[in-house]
Amino acid sequence: MPWFQRKDSNIQTDTPKEMPEGVWVKVPTTGETLHRRELEDNMWVCPQSNYHFPIGSKEYFSILFDEEDIIELGQNILPTDPLKFVDRKKYDQRLVETQKKTGLTDAVRVGVGKMKGVDVVIACMDFRFIGGSMGSVVGERIGIAIDYSRKHRIPLIIISQSGGARMMESVLSLMQLAKTSGKLALLSEAKVPFISLMTNPTTGGVTASYAMLGDFNIAEPGALIGFAGPRVIRQTIGRDLPEGFQTSEYLLEHGFLDFIVARPSMKSKLARLLNVLQHKYEK
Amino acid sequence: MNYLDFEKPIAELEKKIAELNTISVAENDVLVPEIKRLRKRVDELRISIFENLTSWQRVQVARHPDRPYTLDYIFKMCDRFMELHGDRYYGDDKAIVGGTATLDGYSVMMIGQQKGRDTKMRQYRNFGMPNPEGYRKARRLMKIAEKFNMPVITLLDTPGAFPGLEAEERGQAEAIARNLKEMAVLRVPIITVIIGEGASGGALGIGMGNEVYMMENTWYSVISPESCSSILWKTWDYKEEAASALKLTANDLMELKIIDGIIKEPLGGAHRDHEAAAEAVKKQLLVSIKRLKKMKPDQLVEHRIDKYSQMGDWIEA
Repeated sequence: MPWFQRKDSNIQTDTPKEMPEGVWVKVPTTGETLHRRELEDNMWVCPQSNYHFPIGSKEYFSILFDEEDIIELGQNILPTDPLKFVDRKKYDQRLVETQKKTGLTDAVRVGVGKMKGVDVVIACMDFRFIGGSMGSVVGERIGIAIDYSRKHRIPLIIISQSGGARMMESVLSLMQLAKTSGKLALLSEAKVPFISLMTNPTTGGVTASYAMLGDFNIAEPGALIGFAGPRVIRQTIGRDLPEGFQTSEYLLEHGFLDFIVARPSMKSKLARLLNVLQHKYEK
Repeated sequence: MNYLDFEKPIAELEKKIAELNTISVAENDVLVPEIKRLRKRVDELRISIFENLTSWQRVQVARHPDRPYTLDYIFKMCDRFMELHGDRYYGDDKAIVGGTATLDGYSVMMIGQQKGRDTKMRQYRNFGMPNPEGYRKARRLMKIAEKFNMPVITLLDTPGAFPGLEAEERGQAEAIARNLKEMAVLRVPIITVIIGEGASGGALGIGMGNEVYMMENTWYSVISPESCSSILWKTWDYKEEAASALKLTANDLMELKIIDGIIKEPLGGAHRDHEAAAEAVKKQLLVSIKRLKKMKPDQLVEHRIDKYSQMGDWIEA
């Protein structure tokens, strides 16, 4: 008999679960059951509780772009295993398995198209791909999005969902913070608008680089946004965290967001904002 | 003097020498040749141990409690140091120090993370873990350096940005992100030296140099070996494996083309001889200052952004 026993059967994590299969979908916060079709029609937001189900680049592109036909950038940039990293699994093996499982090549996709008639470059992360972690490929593709945006003077939107920098590429991942922030500095000097949209969760190196550097920082309701994760902070300070700590609403209250936007009104709000800016700089 | 586990054989020999020394003085110097032999043996031992350090052992040397810290380097290398305080928004972070100084006649802005030497000072310095106001102070000093055309020298030594409640509340991520963006386009040279621990965004937050150097026994990585072990192996027990998997030593980073050079430390580590360690850093800084001084502000910015744009490894299909 051990002298102590864990009370909980499993450790609670705050990371979002993948979209469940099946016709009926349960809302994790309320336990309510919804029809899949109803949820899809409402952009994967529970109409009653406003819970935002985690979705990926495919869904965000279809929500924001006017047409399905977009130009995709950076898809030829593919991940490799520069450090020959092995933890409990080999990184190259992890990459292949994740690619197969998700149909994605890495944790971000970049599309160029129109949003309510306005040209936009959208880089959208996918949490499903190794926790949306940022390695060399994510950094390089975000860099391509920024460069394209600057060259063609098209507003940039980056949709973040990430646990942070990718450990399996160690310092190479870390340097992507510097790379993306440096390129954003040039975009800023060129006076091309950049909107950073944070979704659940946005933490670590992604928050500490492009996610916090928007001319406009906005977020979906109830998203976890922070530098350190709640578990680490709890361990460090040795007490429980206040209710709602590190949520979108908390960040808005502390001055780090311009506004919170629910998915159903996202497209019209983003377009309205860019319209006003465009209106000004075209005069 | 504190000894690390793998330095124990050295510690034992040195103790023996010290004992013989007391006898030798008393009974005239019949033992002198023996002491000489032992001294030679210590040196050989030190060379063989330090040439073959594992990644995890390097991490331990980087954290050695007797290692010189930022202010030790500043006082040994610089003249006329004036420490400057505060971020002008919230407070004065004790884990990041900075100020104006001269280095062999050059006016410079010195900035670095600062650890404490004893229990009280370690707490005072928050174990070298900065809060947002630290990064904002650093940025303020960099902008002063830009205004008055002085190179910025940053010394990195942190186990990470502080993961605390108030740090989050005041925008730890925003503070670091903003620093990266502003360092990228700073119109004076930035030279960075990792003098101890280079833990992730907390280190990089003041470390986006035109040139970046690592001292021989330091580490620089996206995460500490302990945290990496806890996340990927789900236990703290794999820190040694994590240390080698993360490729975090100076040699590793040289191979990955992330740093511009390695600054050799005195035999047995920088903690053995602060004077010599500071001298080695100063020598490199002067070479870098002379080189970067020739570049125009636009070129410095371009050089910096190009440098970081090239980092990473991917396949182009």
